[in-house]
Amino acid sequence: MTPWNPNRRAVLKTLTAATVTVTASAALSRPVHAQGAARVVVIGGGFAGGTAARFLKGHGLDVTLVEPNPTYTACPLSNSVVAGLRSLDRQTFGYDGLRRAGVTVVHQRASKVDAEARRVTLGDGVALDYDRLVLAPGIDMNFGALPGYDDKAAEIMPHAWKAGPQTTLLARQLEAMEDGGVVVMSVPANPYRCPPGPYERASLIAHYLKTRKPRSKLIVLDAKDSFSKQRLFQAAWEKLYPGLLEWVSLSSGGQVTSVDPASLTLVTDFDRVKAAVANVIPPQKAASIAALAEVADRTGWCPIDPVTFESRLRPGIHVIGDAAIAGAMPKSAFAANAQAKVCAAAVATLLRGEKPAAPKLINTCYSLVAPDYGISVAGVYAPSDGRLADVEGAGGTSPLDAPASFRAKEAVYAESWFDTITAEVFG
Amino acid sequence: MRRLAILACVMVAATPIVHAAEAPPGASACSGCHAPRGGASGGIPPIAAKSADEITATMLAYQAGEGEPTVMNRIAKGFTEPEIRAIAAWLVAGR
Repeated sequence: MTPWNPNRRAVLKTLTAATVTVTASAALSRPVHAQGAARVVVIGGGFAGGTAARFLKGHGLDVTLVEPNPTYTACPLSNSVVAGLRSLDRQTFGYDGLRRAGVTVVHQRASKVDAEARRVTLGDGVALDYDRLVLAPGIDMNFGALPGYDDKAAEIMPHAWKAGPQTTLLARQLEAMEDGGVVVMSVPANPYRCPPGPYERASLIAHYLKTRKPRSKLIVLDAKDSFSKQRLFQAAWEKLYPGLLEWVSLSSGGQVTSVDPASLTLVTDFDRVKAAVANVIPPQKAASIAALAEVADRTGWCPIDPVTFESRLRPGIHVIGDAAIAGAMPKSAFAANAQAKVCAAAVATLLRGEKPAAPKLINTCYSLVAPDYGISVAGVYAPSDGRLADVEGAGGTSPLDAPASFRAKEAVYAESWFDTITAEVFG
Repeated sequence: MRRLAILACVMVAATPIVHAAEAPPGASACSGCHAPRGGASGGIPPIAAKSADEITATMLAYQAGEGEPTVMNRIAKGFTEPEIRAIAAWLVAGR
């Protein structure tokens, strides 16, 4: 437990008993370094939380990672699993690497966060006191936002937007579908996890159909009129999958307003689309612990300070990764990893009683349009007017007119990136 | 002696990939693609054996539209020359 600061005690002695009680509890929640490392609890063991835990430990702090699952299944490249090009095993990572790095890993669900007392309560009732808390919970499907869609419907019309059994389910449905079937995807409005992800998935499903079930068709119903890497995707679709992949934009009536799992039907304002296989990617929100910790706002996501990633709503709690509102930064694994390192350094600096310097962050996202055809988008970000903004003149997508060798190189780099980043987080 | 050897191994294994010096702006993101130690990181060009001058010169060339990068030209444009020099120095110091 945090010991008394002698100076604080001297001051407190002069106060009334009632005031002492209140002030003492505040003092107890503050870090004191002379008596050992400050304690940081990290909730969530994905790209953001795993990276944060490792780097916080590297800064000499006492780190506990709270993650209910014994393994992590990574989303990047999981669209290749959907399309039968990759095994789910290659997406799966354990936590022994983080344990070897000195992180205490607890496989429990965090059930309560008390920001005043600076205490996390776990599902088994154990309480963890912290000096600072890092929340990296990822996303939950916002089932209430799409009538007809819930966790039961997802067993029939998988979202596959958290890698794992859902990924396998969608892959099996595609495999079982007869040649000539219509695959329908529903894509939500912004913001959601992995902005180019639905279009990579559409591309790789189209590749699967082209090579395995050429009489079939893919319809993508979109709640947006524009999307990440759009010109690159559409140029590639025209070249690789003509007549096979139909993208229906918001203004063409693409927004799905409800679904009916019993009849495998997706409903828009103008149409009812019957699917042989339906992949419904619903609207999303920060995972439920964010609301429990009262760091999510009315949008369902978590506003943060762009220098420290500290919550705008609850001091002492930092939010990183997909759950955070990170301004111009997309919800990607690369961004989560980059944010985690900046946040870990800021937390260490704050715990020393110093002020963190303004960071710069980077994102790079690769998408596969075909197994040997990769494209990328990159960005550089810095705090500006209280948010993370694009650094002007930097970033952007792969060139539109690049030769096949360039596309092949970026496809190789996609896998290379995955191997490097997962080794950094979980290795 | 044997216990000491085991302890040494454990300590090496437990050494996290974090530098003692505070990372200059942008620097900590590099290792997302470029493994900070060891050889090739698959297809992405490794930087672990490059000197600070080489890293700086390459980034400045990419900024100027030279060379044949895929994504690093887009990233290099987000940094000033002093920032690039600081990043390169930090990457090398952390090996």
